[in-house]
Amino acid sequence: MPIQYYIFLSLALFSIGVMGTMMRRNAIIIFMCIELMLNAVNLLMVAFSNYWENSNAQIFVFFIMVVAAAEVAVGLAIITLVYRKVNSVDINILNRLKN
Amino acid sequence: MILIITASIIGVVLLFASFLLKHTSSLLHLVTVLFAALFGVAIWEALQPTAILTQSFYLDAIRVDRFTNQFNVLITGCLFLYILLMKKHIAAVGKYKAEYFALIAFIMVGIFMLSSFNSLLVMFLGIEIVSIPQYILAGSDKENLKSTEASLKYFLMGAFSTGFLLMGITLLYGATGNFMVSEFNFLQATSINPIALGGVLLLIVAFGFKVSAAPMHLWTPDVYDGTPTPFTAFMATIVKVAAFVGFMRLFQTSFTAISSSWSLVLAVVIALTLFVGNITAVFQQSVKRMLAYSSIAQAGFMLFAIISLNAIGRQGMLVYTVAYSVASICFFAILIKMKDYTYDGFNGLAKKQPFIAALATIYMLSLAGIPLTGGFMAKYYMLKAVLFEGSYMWLAIFALLMAAVSVYYYFKVIIAMYFKEGEAAMIDSFTKEEKLYLTIGALALLVVGIFPSLLTGTI
Repeated sequence: MPIQYYIFLSLALFSIGVMGTMMRRNAIIIFMCIELMLNAVNLLMVAFSNYWENSNAQIFVFFIMVVAAAEVAVGLAIITLVYRKVNSVDINILNRLKN
Repeated sequence: MILIITASIIGVVLLFASFLLKHTSSLLHLVTVLFAALFGVAIWEALQPTAILTQSFYLDAIRVDRFTNQFNVLITGCLFLYILLMKKHIAAVGKYKAEYFALIAFIMVGIFMLSSFNSLLVMFLGIEIVSIPQYILAGSDKENLKSTEASLKYFLMGAFSTGFLLMGITLLYGATGNFMVSEFNFLQATSINPIALGGVLLLIVAFGFKVSAAPMHLWTPDVYDGTPTPFTAFMATIVKVAAFVGFMRLFQTSFTAISSSWSLVLAVVIALTLFVGNITAVFQQSVKRMLAYSSIAQAGFMLFAIISLNAIGRQGMLVYTVAYSVASICFFAILIKMKDYTYDGFNGLAKKQPFIAALATIYMLSLAGIPLTGGFMAKYYMLKAVLFEGSYMWLAIFALLMAAVSVYYYFKVIIAMYFKEGEAAMIDSFTKEEKLYLTIGALALLVVGIFPSLLTGTI
């Protein structure tokens, strides 16, 4: 398959992630959209790795996965902390900070 | 290189210390010794005869050069000053005292990676190692809802910008087939390829988030305001400067040849950052929020080092590291003792604590960029760098106008301290050691202001 297909697919997934992050109000869903962005990157990395015929990017993908896992560990803990406090994971509570 | 290993070991030792040491005072002694050791190692590494050469490690993924060593010494020095001034307050934030220091040590690992990367992989890991502990530090005051919200906001924004960073890296890899920023194809192939150009622009967006450049700055005031003050002092100074050094290292190494295609975007970002940071800071009532906006405004000046792409910009970055970090850290150390964080809380401080008020005046003068202080020299180097390049005269003039605006809100603090009647209620008084450290900070600012070549020339 030509590399363009992979590029368009990845960019589409990435854009869905970006739009979701900006438009949804639920912290968990925003978080899932961010993961979607990272996975679009992973897909594109592997496709480019195949295109250039070297394995650098495949190693990079493992690092992205590890970092994403670390981010999930911290992020879900923070979201849990917020939920315990206000019984909601709605992002609109952040507007309170502006006062 | 040894510095990265030392910082990691310090982090692990502090994690063990959290359950081995029962008393806070013994923990604080250990912390002082460990971070002093880190500072010592940084100096030792910079004094090696090989320090002026470029050394590479790990299949050339890490490259330590002269600038790296200079920067590492300065940043660990600032960190040591920060630890000395803030250790008591950090331990008072919450229950998990040793862990906070351990997280700071791990952030230092990321900072050293950012100052020495040669592979985009190391740069990415450095940025993440710097960011993830910060999300935790932002939310460390668990009883306080504001701190929790700051943490969530910072986390979502930070993870979002990570997505952009990775997409940028991937597109660059797609255009060049390489992650090594100093490779020939990385420097050349990018000149024509639209994919690479997209990658560069995404990297500007991602780094813009990290260094809080407008229009990606919206998280900064809320997060800095909600975070416990000792950690705000850390995030707004040391971490921000380190992110700048990573930004500058990447762009000066790799993208100089294609600067015509991205420098206009960056120029607009700089103009917006200066404008938004300075104008909004004028309207703030809380000094802590004013410092958050002032950190955005100073970021506008630091971005000059990236757009100018020359050695003067690199020297300016070193001067800025010291001038901005020391002044902000010391002023935060004074702010943290105040009961009321608004300007009115400072009313009458000069009568009650004349010495502290005089020191605070020096920090404010330095941040505003008045001659004879470090802040002036920092701004001078940055303007010189951009004028030397020649194509962005309008930006330099605009920056000067905005620097004049910044004088207003910095002097408001001085006016409150000296010319207004009031209580200036404080939570607790300054110990002798703290006064000594604050004096050292003020002296450092004056020395940098009079002899900036100490930082740029000799080491």
